[in-house]
Amino acid sequence: MKYEATIGLETHVMQKTNSKMFCSCKYEYGAEPNTHVCPTCLGYPGALPVMNEMAIELCCKAGMLLGCEINPYSKWDRKNYFYPDMAKNYQITQADEPLCIGGQVEVEVEGEMKTFTLERIHQEENAAKNTHVAGASLVDYNRAGTALMEIVSNPCMSSAEDALAYMAYVKQIMQYGGISNCDQEKGQMRSDVNISVRPIGQKELGEKVEIKNMNSFAFIKDAIEYEIDRQTTLLESGGSVVQETRGYDPDRGETFTQRTKENAHDYRYFPEPDLMPVQVPEEQLKQWRSELPELPAQRQVRYVEQLGLPEYDAGVLTADMATSDWFEQAMQHTKNAKAVSNFIMGEMMRLLSEQNVEISESKLTPENLAEIIELIDAKIISTGAGKQVFEMIFNEGGEPKIIVEEKGMAQVSDDSALEGWADEAIASNPQPVEEYKAGNPASINFLMGQVMKASRGKANPGAVMQMLKQKLDA
Amino acid sequence: MAELHKLTITELSEKLSAGECTSVDIVTDILSSIDARDGAVGAYLTVDRDDALDQAKMADEARTAGKASPMLGIPVAIKDLLNVKGQPCTCSSKVLEGYTAPYDATVIAKLREAGAVLLGRVNMDEFAMGSSTENAALGKTSNPWNLDHVPGGSSGGSAACVAADEAIASLGSDTGGSIRQPAAFCGSVGMKPTYGRVSRYGLTAFASSLDQIGPITKTVKDSAILLETLCGLDPMDSSSIDVEVPALGEQLTDDTSLEGMKLGLPKEYFVEGMDPEVEKAVRDAVEHCKSLGAEIVDVSLPNAKYAIAVYYIIATAEASANLARFDGIRYGMRLDGKDPAELYAKTRSAGFGQEVKRRIILGTYVLSSGYYDAYYLKAQKVRTLIRSDFTEAFKTCDAILSPVTPTAAYKKGEKTDDPLKMYLDDILTTPVNLAGNCALSVPCGFTSAGMPIGLQIIGDDFQEETILKVGHAYEQTTEWHKERPSL
Repeated sequence: MKYEATIGLETHVMQKTNSKMFCSCKYEYGAEPNTHVCPTCLGYPGALPVMNEMAIELCCKAGMLLGCEINPYSKWDRKNYFYPDMAKNYQITQADEPLCIGGQVEVEVEGEMKTFTLERIHQEENAAKNTHVAGASLVDYNRAGTALMEIVSNPCMSSAEDALAYMAYVKQIMQYGGISNCDQEKGQMRSDVNISVRPIGQKELGEKVEIKNMNSFAFIKDAIEYEIDRQTTLLESGGSVVQETRGYDPDRGETFTQRTKENAHDYRYFPEPDLMPVQVPEEQLKQWRSELPELPAQRQVRYVEQLGLPEYDAGVLTADMATSDWFEQAMQHTKNAKAVSNFIMGEMMRLLSEQNVEISESKLTPENLAEIIELIDAKIISTGAGKQVFEMIFNEGGEPKIIVEEKGMAQVSDDSALEGWADEAIASNPQPVEEYKAGNPASINFLMGQVMKASRGKANPGAVMQMLKQKLDA
Repeated sequence: MAELHKLTITELSEKLSAGECTSVDIVTDILSSIDARDGAVGAYLTVDRDDALDQAKMADEARTAGKASPMLGIPVAIKDLLNVKGQPCTCSSKVLEGYTAPYDATVIAKLREAGAVLLGRVNMDEFAMGSSTENAALGKTSNPWNLDHVPGGSSGGSAACVAADEAIASLGSDTGGSIRQPAAFCGSVGMKPTYGRVSRYGLTAFASSLDQIGPITKTVKDSAILLETLCGLDPMDSSSIDVEVPALGEQLTDDTSLEGMKLGLPKEYFVEGMDPEVEKAVRDAVEHCKSLGAEIVDVSLPNAKYAIAVYYIIATAEASANLARFDGIRYGMRLDGKDPAELYAKTRSAGFGQEVKRRIILGTYVLSSGYYDAYYLKAQKVRTLIRSDFTEAFKTCDAILSPVTPTAAYKKGEKTDDPLKMYLDDILTTPVNLAGNCALSVPCGFTSAGMPIGLQIIGDDFQEETILKVGHAYEQTTEWHKERPSL
């Protein structure tokens, strides 16, 4: 019998709000523990939550970008459970009336376009951070109460590749939409994965296992593959899968039982009496819709249709929002899209990956690149020299024109200088000259190289070629 | 200068303006009254003696500098579930021993702004759960009219200190009658404002959708003055409502006519088992209002009989979550355990009293999977019906008259063994909390045993102005509020 897996994801995304979800404390990653706290996020007696409107805006925009409907009436609920990471011992979340309903995304998985559907997106507050040390547990409430969205997919995926492609897409959209940086190392994007396996052809889904709280794509991939394998092996050997919550141990590459169904929490959800329901006026939604950014897919089309870039280039440039924005900024200063694209895909990406830095950290500005391209196009410097200038500025900063001048990198197009080098090359290399004249045009390249060498790279290659041909064909 | 402690806010405010006394004089006099009487009454948990005198000095200086406010320099006692920065806030519970409030509740900030003097914090049923202040873990409070009797609850300390002239006025909180019932038991005036009228920020929550802070005072006019100080939209409380705050104090004049006023009498509120003396006092009060020109009409509140059941589901459900934060992790009592679960269990077992535990368990039960629909959801539906009853009734009348409680204050220990009997005390007060409107408790007589009886005047949403007018007219033409207990 053949088996197939069904996968659904619950993705938690920390929004880029100025303050926490229900109080005015700031959130700052890596801050001194328990310095961004107040009576509300510490769950002090008498303190009350006040809804963060910016979080609602970001959650609605996330919903719009992921094709959800915005619920005209959503409300808050208390989810009750005792744990030191939750100051009130209940979490304010949305149970039966979430802010965003439904949704669907088109995602490319290994060259094939697939549609994944969403169940909902709801808004909630984040938990504190627990650290376990010898003989004690420490709680840092800085993260407690920060704005957190949960994007819940339907069980519509069937492989680790699907799940990863979906998550990468969600991450890209969240970044484009200015909703979250989705920095996984900082815990800004975490996923719970629901996996079940059933014999192909069976209608009902198999027993579901939930793997909690993973932030790395690599771990998620490994966990899913391990889990599909574990469940399939179990079923093949006549066993059955137990519905439970499992954790993933990246060191051993295995999932392990955390909580079985019998020990599942009864969260005793009930409407949060301290907060009013959320009803975003239609006008406001319209306004937010009009502010939505252009998505990568739309940008790609524009790059191809309006800027004349190859599809491949458009795909690479838009994969990451920062890169795409950088490209757009450079395009404000030049019309040569292909040259900008070549530099970004070539020099820029090589240097970024060699030095392991972000494009935002590059000392070279989009204006600098536009200027370099202008110098090349005006034949003031060669493409090779342009690359050298690029790397110099990337590392040290500076102005292209000044560098070209200071380093004497301008090309020589002056006929008398070129003529001297050309004559010299023809005179001292009779063999290639002969071959060229005998009908082997490639031999001119050797002569060309000699001229370039003599000029120490500064000769304008086009002019050199023209001059050589003139002399040899005469 | 003697006997300042016996005066009202209105009287003291006049004296202060006329320069006949200072706030320091008043506070000094009140402190000696507390010294003389509180040993017997036991209203206070803590008296902030030096701090109160400092505040009084500041109030006097502010007055000299030209500040004027009806509450300037007036000493007020605070129910011990309101956060007062730098002071304890125990809710009369062992679980909060050692906790110091890091912030002021909005009502406290408003009192400070008005220049009132915070005297200290008074006793209550633990976490406001009770009707006799016998569920208090940190103090015992007696009814000033008869020290063997309960002061009512949960704001027992707030009512007793005002009745015993140990404070000019006090703040209480009312979730199911916790201001009106002790005010009735102690012969004071108690106001439960409309839900959303007064910010709950800084009020340690019992049942968030029912809790409301309100004044306990010696007269209706004082009630109006103090309430006016507390009211208003608060961005820190999403349930506070943006409605205009009328000049509640000023509207109460010497005109005691109720001409043109329709007062409803709900037949369901004269319940079986009601003390005939209470019923008679209330019916006499109704007749009195008629003699002032009011028209009395019959109204019906048919779903009121479900109020106790609905109340004890909704209030306990909310409480089970509200009280979850008292876990020994961040503040208050902690008994360590080998893991968080054991720490919680030990701390909460030792920290909470019997009644609090009973309600947490009840609330946890009604929210549990499989029971939610039958209890919590059903209760919410009936709550809507109870509210509709009032909406209907107020189509034919301006205010509703009823008793506050079926009986006057009873002896200590009489109902402590029978929680159900104790819960029934709330039968006439809980419907108002469930519906969200406002009600006032005004003294309207005494039993033959000499215990005070209260008249409840119920108003529609944000109609405090109306019920204060009715209460003031009744009070100004009767003598009940002038009686003082002999201590």
